[in-house]
Amino acid sequence: MFKVKVYITLRESVLDPQGSAVRSSLHALSYNEVQEVRIGKYLELTLEKNENVDARVKEMCEKLLANTVIEDYRYEIEEVVPS
Amino acid sequence: MRFACIVFPGSNCDVDMYHAIRDELGEEVEYVWHTETDLDRFDGILLPGGFSYGDYLRCGAIARFSNVMEAVKKAAAEGKPVLGVCNGFQVLLEAGLLPGAMRRNENLKFICRPVTLVVENNQTMFTTGYEASQEITIPVAHGEGNYYCDEELLKTLEANKQIVFKYKDNPNGSISDIAGITNEQGNVLGMMPHPERAVDQLLGSNDGLQLFKSILRTWREAHVVTS
Repeated sequence: MFKVKVYITLRESVLDPQGSAVRSSLHALSYNEVQEVRIGKYLELTLEKNENVDARVKEMCEKLLANTVIEDYRYEIEEVVPS
Repeated sequence: MRFACIVFPGSNCDVDMYHAIRDELGEEVEYVWHTETDLDRFDGILLPGGFSYGDYLRCGAIARFSNVMEAVKKAAAEGKPVLGVCNGFQVLLEAGLLPGAMRRNENLKFICRPVTLVVENNQTMFTTGYEASQEITIPVAHGEGNYYCDEELLKTLEANKQIVFKYKDNPNGSISDIAGITNEQGNVLGMMPHPERAVDQLLGSNDGLQLFKSILRTWREAHVVTS
């Protein structure tokens, strides 16, 4: 089995209105040291063992999970042994 | 002219679209469920607004993989008019039938009110009924209508006259005030405002009706032989 953690964020060049709103809120609470907030998505996938796990996950990200026009993605693959 | 009104799980402007075509335009229209694979019997395709698949993941991201979308792509390739409104526009972007992407509104609020649009291109099959630069009133209702594309694509859209409608007072932060664009061939239009909700003065405006009349006129010029 594999556990895959996928992180999707808006590209650096794309304005993140949610992040800006949260930054303003943090400033209102006096956390003035916060310079930028970027909000993204975190997905956890559990996969059956297969040989092409990296290529398959990349394909899933490109095809469905991320919109590569505005979003970047990265992922971590971890092999888990069922107990 | 025979229209298909595509219905996804979560579409909620399909009835408005159906009403606009049948009752106001006086043409044939049929609801088509997302599982259908054949649209050959239709002359025009309508993708209504709503929340297809609950907007899970991203607006339109799941709907684009519906069976019916292959048939929509085929119809688009054949040059048939394809109109995507609001969520329909988002589906067309996710499906790659139109370029660019949609972001959350700049102010993060769901906006639901009439807005003034400027007709940027009245030479498309969707807009011949309007004057150049005409200002029209059409309602918007969306939380993610902030159109984005990079500078290079924006220049291409401008050069090809693919920008059809612009907002007079940009409500959502869309790049270059864009409210609606076509594909390069000009037969696929995506727009965030709802022309189907502006087809009778009872609704506050009938400025949207000309869009449907324009489609019909173009189709008749190409298909109906007059003696």
